[in-house]
Amino acid sequence: MSPHHGFTHIHLHVHGTSAVHRLVPEAKLAGLLAFVLVVALTPRTWVLAFVGYLLIAIGVATLAGLRVPLMLRRLTAIIPFLLFALLLPFFSGPPTADLGPLEMSREGLWSAWNIVAKATLGAAASIVLTATTPIPDVLTGLSRLRVPAVLVGIVAFMFRYLDLIMDDLSRMRRAMAARAYEPRRPWQLGPTAASLGALFARTFERGERIHRAMVARGFEGSMPMLDSSKVGTTRDWVSAMTPALLAAVSATGGGWT
Amino acid sequence: MTAGATVSVRDLEFSYPGGNSVLTGINLDIDRGERVAILGPNGSGKTTFALQLNGLLRHQRGTVTVDDVLLTDDTLRSLRQQVGLVFQDPNDQLFMHSVRDDVAFGPANLGLDSGEIEERVNAALLAVDASKIADIAPHHLSGGEKRRSAIATALAMEPKVLVLDEPTSGLDPVGRHELADLLVSLPQTQLIVTHDLPFALATCPRALILDGGTICADLATDRLLRDPDLLATHRLALPFGYRAPDNS
Amino acid sequence: MVLAMHAPDGFLEPPVAGATALLAMAILGFALRSSTNSYDDRSIPLAGVSAAFVFAAQMVNFPVAAGTTGHLMGGALAAILLGPRMGAIVVAIVVAVQALLFADGGLTALGYNTINMAIVPAFGGWAAFRGFQRLFPRSRTGVTGAASLASGVSVVLGAMAFSLQWLFGASSPVAFDTVFGAVVGVHILIGIGEGLITGLVVAAVLTTRPDVVAGAADLNPSELGSGRHVTARTFAIAGTLVALTVAMVLSQFSAGSPDGLERVAETEGLSSQAEPHPLAGSIFADYATQGIANETASLAIAGASGAILTLVVGWGIADGPRRWAARTTS
Repeated sequence: MSPHHGFTHIHLHVHGTSAVHRLVPEAKLAGLLAFVLVVALTPRTWVLAFVGYLLIAIGVATLAGLRVPLMLRRLTAIIPFLLFALLLPFFSGPPTADLGPLEMSREGLWSAWNIVAKATLGAAASIVLTATTPIPDVLTGLSRLRVPAVLVGIVAFMFRYLDLIMDDLSRMRRAMAARAYEPRRPWQLGPTAASLGALFARTFERGERIHRAMVARGFEGSMPMLDSSKVGTTRDWVSAMTPALLAAVSATGGGWT
Repeated sequence: MTAGATVSVRDLEFSYPGGNSVLTGINLDIDRGERVAILGPNGSGKTTFALQLNGLLRHQRGTVTVDDVLLTDDTLRSLRQQVGLVFQDPNDQLFMHSVRDDVAFGPANLGLDSGEIEERVNAALLAVDASKIADIAPHHLSGGEKRRSAIATALAMEPKVLVLDEPTSGLDPVGRHELADLLVSLPQTQLIVTHDLPFALATCPRALILDGGTICADLATDRLLRDPDLLATHRLALPFGYRAPDNS
Repeated sequence: MVLAMHAPDGFLEPPVAGATALLAMAILGFALRSSTNSYDDRSIPLAGVSAAFVFAAQMVNFPVAAGTTGHLMGGALAAILLGPRMGAIVVAIVVAVQALLFADGGLTALGYNTINMAIVPAFGGWAAFRGFQRLFPRSRTGVTGAASLASGVSVVLGAMAFSLQWLFGASSPVAFDTVFGAVVGVHILIGIGEGLITGLVVAAVLTTRPDVVAGAADLNPSELGSGRHVTARTFAIAGTLVALTVAMVLSQFSAGSPDGLERVAETEGLSSQAEPHPLAGSIFADYATQGIANETASLAIAGASGAILTLVVGWGIADGPRRWAARTTS
């Protein structure tokens, strides 16, 4: 499930002035996607390629000034899948080896490796992006990559009002707890659900009010382009694509051996 | 900044779909540059009335005229630029990721080029003294900063009329003073919907009472504050310990 | 085993990842174009705050049983509140943001994650909702009951979709019928919780602002005003009865279920592993090596699931835009 329980204010961005931080967001997004694609498409038997990928990922994270504890903390979402992967050699595929009293299968081992390697690398790569790119820049990057303006707009509003809505929710929960209400049985989840329903009604009303405010300032259906930040240089793009290019090199090397 | 415009309303009637008749016949005339307080009990339709003035809600009967231009489907667009609305909750109005973007939103929708947009943004921020907080995200601003930024978003459209809905909500006493000083310094015609009577006195020489869907009283604000019967009839009350200043 | 949701990179093979990505983009593209037309320009801020709502709602801990907590998935809820197309878009956006910015779900897995967590639950849940509505009276209780059942079904539909994707793109040698039985089985339980929570949330919204519930848009004011107040206890009892019925029916198909499948296999003469198998050359061959006797059953389950999904989700996608947008204009 989601690893971000209990946060009222979501802080994803880690301040810094590294080379990674300073790249234009659209280049970083493209670079991330390219890298993840190379990783996901690599056959699992090319183990050396994956070693290469790991080195690249560590390299970029270090360049960005991101520390190991932070990376590990944010990797918690993949833990259920890592556990699943660990079970695979013992519970799937025809048995081919013994580990003490347990039988392992070669097929299962390869599958486990496949999941562990790709899940970890994919997650690590997006963590690096998020930590080095503030949300408004991510949005700018998405729109420059031709993601439909409507979608970018929706995401922008989502982030703008997420804190307010979660504060609202926390306040309701605290009010309930203050009256010694801590639901533990299924038939006690009425008030929790009811407060969620009230929250939706309020959220909908806020959406209507925001729309009015937009119309009052001349909005007629399409978000105006307010993109004033710097445009990417060739150098930015080359830097951003380097991890993917290095990964491709690593893949070729891994494929040969 | 531009100067004010005249606002005229004649026999305005409005009901919500589903039947509730909220405004049953509003008549008023406001002069260029005048500041008028709109007072009244809760639920009297003050916000509903405010939303009529730039056509966000469309009246079923009557007329709204700004500087002799009648509000119709054709003039809606230009009237929205002329009449700036400042909403009760500044969070509804600050929906971009920085104050600067929010203030630029209006001019960008008007199709101005980036140079003009920048000029307007800087002028609006200057007028409300928000130049230093322009690049901060709205969630990190205080109540007063949000309120000033919200006003800037309206000013960037270069309106001739400002309608403010409960502008003191969420402000501490110092914030209210600062807001009063700001509003008094602006040249636009202003309609200030409020139940904060001392604030009304500080900013608006003239007060209208909206009750039962129509304007029940139209008088000088200081006379209103010294008329306890009139206040009580319309469920208005002075704050504890406050005594209206004597005639100067 | 909530492994059917927020799957990471590499969980399913590239061909399936690619195909589902294209399918998801096509469906969402269609939904986007048509919904922004019918809801006019209110869509963007409304969808945005709704996405924030779904995101926040998914984090709420609901007590389920014996000290464990469950979470709302929200696909069907979003569809019933906002309409199927906007609901699907909103939840898809939440899924995409979770993958891109929270490392919750792989970027290359977005295709199937979006289908399983957003598209199938929203459209399938909406279709199920409209279907169930016909069994209920036209009242607030009726809407609530239909919403409850539909959201439970939506979760199971998502699990079925995942199982089918596993059939074609598994990266590990776990047989389809094992996966189907385990994943769908667990999601039946999850669906009970989802149904309960969704019903209560919809009931709450109907009490304060019935006009913002898309699923109730075709009820007139007097119908909206009627309906008995339903308690959570009633829900729990009803939900348990539903679950038991469903479990009994489906238990015939779960892997390892003793009599049903094997009897079929024996009568059809498929139980001998020595014989060259008719399906040996097919794409299912790799996955049917586990328990070859179940292969016909696997095929039948896969076929039936595929048919159900296509019909239900397809109906949800095709269901025209509602005229409800006009009612919420204040």
